[in-house]
Amino acid sequence: MGEMSVTSELLEHEEKKSLDSREFGFWIYLMTDAVIFALLFATYVVLAKNSAAGPTSKELFDLGHTAGETALLLLSSLTFGMATISMSEDRLNRVVQWLIVTLVLGLGFLAMELIEFHGMIAQGAGPETSGFLSAFFTLVGTHGLHVTFGSIGICVMIGQVLVKGLTLPVRSRLIRLGLFWHFLDIVWIGIFSVVYLPGVM
Amino acid sequence: MTELTNKRFFHGVARTVPFVMLLASLLLLQGCGVSNAPVLFPKGPIALAERNLLFTAFGLMMIVAIPAIALTLYFVWRYRRANEASAYTPDWEGSWKVETVIWLVPAIIIIVLGTLVWDATHRLDPYKPIASDKPAFKVQAIALDWKWLFLYPELGTASVNELAFPADRPLNIEITSDTVMNSLMIPALGGQIYAMAGMRSELNLLADEPGVFTGRNTMFSGDGFADQHFKAHAMSEADFTAWKGEISGSADVLDAKTYVELHRQSVANPVSYYSSYEKDLFQLILRKYAPMVGPYESEAAELICRGAA
Amino acid sequence: MLGRLTIDAIPLYSWVAMGGAAVTVCGGLAVFLLITYLRAWKVLWTDWLTSVDHKKIGIMYVVLALVMLVRGFVDALMMRAQQAIALNSEGYLPPEHFEQIFSSHGTIMIFFVAMPFLTGLINIIVPQQIGARDVAFPFLNSVSLWMTAAGAGLVLVSLVIGKFSTAGWTGYPPYSGIEYSPGVGVDYWLWALIVSGVGSTMSGINFIVTIVKNRCPGMTYMRMPMFTWTTLCISILIAFAFPALTVVAAQLALDRTLGFHFFTNGDGGNMMMFANLLWIWGHPEVYILILPAFGIFSEVVATFSRKRLFGYKSLVYATACIAILSFTVWLHHFFTMGSSANVNAVFGIATMIIAVPTGVKIFDWMFTIYRGRIEFHPSMVFTIGFMVTFVIGGVTGVLLALPPADYLMHNSTFLVAHFHNMLIPGALFGYFAGLNYWFPKAFGFKLDAKWGIRSFWFWIIGFYLAFMPLYVLGFMGMSRRMEHYADPTWQPYLVVAALGALCVLAGIVCIAVQLYVSAKNWGSARDTTGDPWNGRTLEWATSSPPAPYNFAVIPEVRDLDAFHDMKIRGAAYQAPVQYEDIVMPKSSGIGPILGALSFVLGFAMVWYIWWLAALCLVLSLVCVGMRACDDASDFVMPAAEVARIENARLAQISMADMHDMRDFMPRGAASGAALPGRA
Repeated sequence: MGEMSVTSELLEHEEKKSLDSREFGFWIYLMTDAVIFALLFATYVVLAKNSAAGPTSKELFDLGHTAGETALLLLSSLTFGMATISMSEDRLNRVVQWLIVTLVLGLGFLAMELIEFHGMIAQGAGPETSGFLSAFFTLVGTHGLHVTFGSIGICVMIGQVLVKGLTLPVRSRLIRLGLFWHFLDIVWIGIFSVVYLPGVM
Repeated sequence: MTELTNKRFFHGVARTVPFVMLLASLLLLQGCGVSNAPVLFPKGPIALAERNLLFTAFGLMMIVAIPAIALTLYFVWRYRRANEASAYTPDWEGSWKVETVIWLVPAIIIIVLGTLVWDATHRLDPYKPIASDKPAFKVQAIALDWKWLFLYPELGTASVNELAFPADRPLNIEITSDTVMNSLMIPALGGQIYAMAGMRSELNLLADEPGVFTGRNTMFSGDGFADQHFKAHAMSEADFTAWKGEISGSADVLDAKTYVELHRQSVANPVSYYSSYEKDLFQLILRKYAPMVGPYESEAAELICRGAA
Repeated sequence: MLGRLTIDAIPLYSWVAMGGAAVTVCGGLAVFLLITYLRAWKVLWTDWLTSVDHKKIGIMYVVLALVMLVRGFVDALMMRAQQAIALNSEGYLPPEHFEQIFSSHGTIMIFFVAMPFLTGLINIIVPQQIGARDVAFPFLNSVSLWMTAAGAGLVLVSLVIGKFSTAGWTGYPPYSGIEYSPGVGVDYWLWALIVSGVGSTMSGINFIVTIVKNRCPGMTYMRMPMFTWTTLCISILIAFAFPALTVVAAQLALDRTLGFHFFTNGDGGNMMMFANLLWIWGHPEVYILILPAFGIFSEVVATFSRKRLFGYKSLVYATACIAILSFTVWLHHFFTMGSSANVNAVFGIATMIIAVPTGVKIFDWMFTIYRGRIEFHPSMVFTIGFMVTFVIGGVTGVLLALPPADYLMHNSTFLVAHFHNMLIPGALFGYFAGLNYWFPKAFGFKLDAKWGIRSFWFWIIGFYLAFMPLYVLGFMGMSRRMEHYADPTWQPYLVVAALGALCVLAGIVCIAVQLYVSAKNWGSARDTTGDPWNGRTLEWATSSPPAPYNFAVIPEVRDLDAFHDMKIRGAAYQAPVQYEDIVMPKSSGIGPILGALSFVLGFAMVWYIWWLAALCLVLSLVCVGMRACDDASDFVMPAAEVARIENARLAQISMADMHDMRDFMPRGAASGAALPGRA
């Protein structure tokens, strides 16, 4: 019996160490992702005026729609923050509730983005139209893809919280997912100010 | 074991040196090839200046490179294990004096080279017109698969896979491509510049005296790449007048339709002359790949921009 | 159902191509049959393929690199043979085939020889050098390996099904766009890069965290061995640079597959952006390949000069300088694109500045040799060969960094000679030195020195013969990538270069013989102490091959040359009072499964088999999700088992095997009985 507890203590110690490494590693991963977005932004800036025979950004962007998307995403960041706070207070049900709210907001954002994309493609402004639109769809689409993966992550984490409770690894994963989610918010602010705002001006 | 390896190592050196020397002399026997090397023995002031920069930099670097190689070999020999008599300082881990020298000397050389490069890069900017008492001879070069088309705005004529210009006038070439990325180079006269669709680049060259030089595309562009070379003729006044007569007398005309034909892929295209070419052909080809497209201003524009695309 | 994959994909168009396909298929079949014959599938799967042990992963990386080296070298040999005979004739290779060969040669050598070779050596050694039991993320390490292997697999498959890219290893658009290269070749190239590039990025992240978080007590940053330092620097470079490769390859793939217009001629594309993005990755990549070799040279030169490394701090700062500067010079790959004189001059000068720290390194190694006691072990001989030859490559590099000179030499064989002059002595010789140096650590017996020296001589003579003529040909105006030519004065040089390639072939054969002879005589060259060369750094403190956990007791470091210091203090080979349980990661089949899925995904994307690609993507996500929910990925090795392994190890070390440390003892200390004892 005593041996067992020594072993589990050891495992727990190793686990803590490994989770610590994971969090540091996750920061570095986010940095590599930031490099990807930085280059996609650079590409967009280079190609923004290359509308070829297709429509220009002025004809396509609708700032009201984008404002809606922005509101949803910023709000979802806030609600994820609430989930993290609930986690630190060990309130399992609250965590799940806030995560569900975050998920709904995230899905709402995705729905709005898909409506926007669909509308553009329907009026003949798909990514194959011009360099400008290729860069636009790739940058905004990559962000959207990240939000999709984040949403899948939220689903997985809701499951983990319910099944495993707020164990050490689950907490660590939740914190990392939170970092990811807030990171996407920052990227979106970049998209709003580099793509949409100058696009309609 | 180690002794054996030591011995083998120096034995190896002894065996290799004559072999390498033999080979070097074999290469020297091929000197006739080297004496024609356009980069080492250029035929124009631009290429000469570029080559001289190459030589100067090479010489400067020898200040570091020769001691580095010689000392390495000497130390290796001197401090080989078998040489018990040599000094041995197993715990020596550094010296400020040595460090200062090995950081500073290369740094000083790079500072000298840096100032040299700053000046030379501006002086030898390919876009910079060459100072001369005679006006520059303008040519427009268009890279095609796999040939070069040259337009002579001054003469109103065009040629394929042959470039001719008066030897006593600077040559100003405007370059673009109606295919993949190419790079135009006449090594004996000077360095190259890329040819890219939708973009206009420029090269200014000058020949010392009349002569025939090889020019080519140096940027891999597909199956016909190896044959994509041409002769550049720097001509005396009399020769150039004769050449002008020949090309102006050509029965062929490079109108939009003929251009669309010419644009098709061909390998080792023979030299051909056109007595005239479609108005603003160079601009139309640039326009074909413009980042923003408006309505076509003429039938020829539409044919060139869409027919060949 | 099968996209654009039809029976036409089999290369019936030429005998040479058929031959290549046949050799590839037969090779694969032979390996398959051999494993079946030896009934080794189960062992292979449980002990190797699913292993997350950094040493085994490292060995598999190096095996992959050596196999691909042979493939890449056959390409080189074929190119040299073609150019040696193709004066005014087609030679024996049609242009389209020649183009595939030079494209695959570069792609293979950079991505599937150099990258796995250095990643393998890093994997085997770095955790041991910092006194760690494994890398930070052992499972991720396995995924990285299998994604790299998947990329290599895609390149190999392109030989049998379809064609490889004809656009060169840099694949500049618009030539590599769908309009000018409509086949599957460029897609094979792209997906091989994307898949292996993601693997490399994960390796980079893994090693940053490993080195930052897993160092043993006392191992401060300024006590890390040079190889660990260079690994840290290149891991940071990988994390910053490889995303650029992923972006640029994904953009070109979107252009080709979905008709986007990032780099197309017209429609708002911009091909210059490709060159910029590619080289923002590509230039740091050069240092990613070379810096670990510099680390190896630093270790080897100190060990076989029997001396402390000269100017350690200087070397660390020089490495860091090179790493930072490597991000500021990418434009020198296209001075001829028509940038303004100011831009070209700035990038030219930035490039030349890198020569300063690089030169410092050469001099530091030289002064390590100075007043040493040099032993001509193969790894040391490769190091000396590197020091002499690399200087020449450095000189020609600075020449190319002068924009006006670059206008003359760009795209010529001079350029080809220059980068081979950097990568063969600078990177490959380093990896070979590492192979000879660390082989006993990985396998428990030494490599045959005689054949090692022979391989060196063939390699270095072959190198000079093959590439000095190319420098001259650059002066004579020969462009790179020419399938045939019309200038008869070029031919003698190309013949000499072909002889050089044959000489290198002999060098490769020598390495194969060396491996064979050493394996045959392994019993007489066993390394019982774990320290065959009287090494200085911590990896020599473990047994050879090391126990799964490397260190039974995490060591405590007091000096830069940690193990050297332990031997002098008499702290080496000590048994602790009591062994403790050790937590180890469990093997996992998910790594190789993810590798297989990414291979099939790449293949499906190349051939437009959308359903298969989607299926692979979903299955990959399921694998990742499963792993993310797994909280029991570790197991405990009991103290008794550790004690058994360690006692067996200590029992086989005899006093006679230990190195004489008298030379290194402080003056006046007892001389005769200076050998370290053990408990």
